[in-house]
Amino acid sequence: MEPRSRSFYVLAAFFGLFVLFLYGPTITIAILSFQGPGGGLTFPMRGVSLHWFFDLFEQQAVGDIWGSFGRSFLLGLMVMVTTVVVSVMGGLAFRKRFAGSSVLFYLIITSLVIPSILISLGVGLIFSQLDLNVHWSTSGFGSQLTWTLPFGLLIMFAVFNRFDKSYEEAARDQGATPWQTLRYVVLPIIAPSLIGVALFGFTLSYDEFARTLLTAGSYNTLPLEIYGMTTNVTTPVLYALGTLTTVFSLLIIGLFLGIARLTAQRKAKAGSDAGEGMV
Amino acid sequence: MLNFLKNRSASGWLMVSPLALVLVFFLVLPIIMIVVVSFWRATEFSIIPAFEFDNYEFLFSSPVTYSVFLNTFKYALITWVFTLGIGFTVAYFLAFHVRTQTWQIALFLLCTIPFWTSNIIRMISWIPFLGRNGIANSALISWGVVDEPLEWLLFSDFAVILALVHLYTLFMVVPIFNTMMRIDKSLIEAARDAGANGAQILWNVIIPLTKPGIMIGTIFVVTLVMGDFITVRFMSGSQSANVGRLISNDIALLQYPSAAATAVVLLLTVLIVIGILLRFVNIRKEL
Repeated sequence: MEPRSRSFYVLAAFFGLFVLFLYGPTITIAILSFQGPGGGLTFPMRGVSLHWFFDLFEQQAVGDIWGSFGRSFLLGLMVMVTTVVVSVMGGLAFRKRFAGSSVLFYLIITSLVIPSILISLGVGLIFSQLDLNVHWSTSGFGSQLTWTLPFGLLIMFAVFNRFDKSYEEAARDQGATPWQTLRYVVLPIIAPSLIGVALFGFTLSYDEFARTLLTAGSYNTLPLEIYGMTTNVTTPVLYALGTLTTVFSLLIIGLFLGIARLTAQRKAKAGSDAGEGMV
Repeated sequence: MLNFLKNRSASGWLMVSPLALVLVFFLVLPIIMIVVVSFWRATEFSIIPAFEFDNYEFLFSSPVTYSVFLNTFKYALITWVFTLGIGFTVAYFLAFHVRTQTWQIALFLLCTIPFWTSNIIRMISWIPFLGRNGIANSALISWGVVDEPLEWLLFSDFAVILALVHLYTLFMVVPIFNTMMRIDKSLIEAARDAGANGAQILWNVIIPLTKPGIMIGTIFVVTLVMGDFITVRFMSGSQSANVGRLISNDIALLQYPSAAATAVVLLLTVLIVIGILLRFVNIRKEL
């Protein structure tokens, strides 16, 4: 191997600074959330305690955090499952051209680039004019899908762009029905990417703010609750909540990445033995 | 033949029908609704169906509109410059200077994980850093750079742009890295064999081949910044405005027709910008 050039070290230092820039603030509030009871929103630390975390468990102190967490979690799961199913179906359909497919494609792009507040406003207006109640599980759910589905579909497009069609042909030649081909050949091959789609579906929903602003109704999701807190809470309890929900996000990300790794390993282990013993 | 085509379209539409339903009900209809309501009239308590251009007339006759749109473009442009510079450098390092794939994946994940965490928390987390008694000011004072705490660190345009760059640089890193990874390494060797130095390879080989990734990243960053309202509200301490805030303020005052008119103009602006950018890149081919 040739020796590292000087530019490598310069770039590596730049990368290190970038990572510090990305994570530094989050780590700072994680540290500050352990402020003593008399501590404020900035350094210095006035003692170390779990005071602000305990505060979170006192219902009246800071609103309905646990209720909103439950709703966000459930909504995240709903959006995740829907995103995976709809994206796979869409990805499969888009492998062939069909009448109107390019219109639909541009709609997906529009869904991705449209300012979130427009979805919030438009869906809110429709529901109010139809005298329907906005609720996180109906209007909020649909609004979030306009944000998660484009990501899911773009991932599926990328996956199917790289998909080797000869696997399917082989299955078909062996007499597999289209359903069998899908179930036993295509889906297992794309499974690791589906975990990626699921990760996007859950986390984007769990953290979504603007699209649920006018569509969640009287029961807040967690990001809405946190946003409300920023205007009237001036104690480190805000940091404690931020730390907890970030830790939760990291656990979810770790879980998904772990599953993705496991499936990839299992796939590698159970890989084809074609050609073994031929020589 | 016609029958066959029909069948293929039918099965295609069957597969995308859930997708199409979601997009029709939560994207197309809301847009239509916004356009319709933008011609309505607002009273103090309700909105009344009408067909008048008052909302647009008011919008275009107010000098605030122009300064707010200008401000929106300013945020978009400055954020774009920084995210592109940082994003390109990071992606370039990952793609061409990190040698093993394991490290590439690990460092790439390190860059993308914040994307899956809460934006609002990431904004809040700048408070202890930029505040009047925050880390930045304490450090500057103890180093003797300034005598008094800087007031413009938090709740200013500086803070807005810092937060936007912080939130959205990932949207540059990912597509640019993705395009760079697909550059045939033998092209770079060929350039080197032909006598090009590092800077020439970067300028004449890598940057032209990375353009599609840059374009996709640009589309993300520009649309996210132009549609943003929460970062601007929070990080400027309600002292600056962009179009998104104009809309959200109208919504808070229940002036839906006026909010809708502003939203229509914003949507057209964003779509025109995207239309121009899409001329330079074929998204479906680049995935």
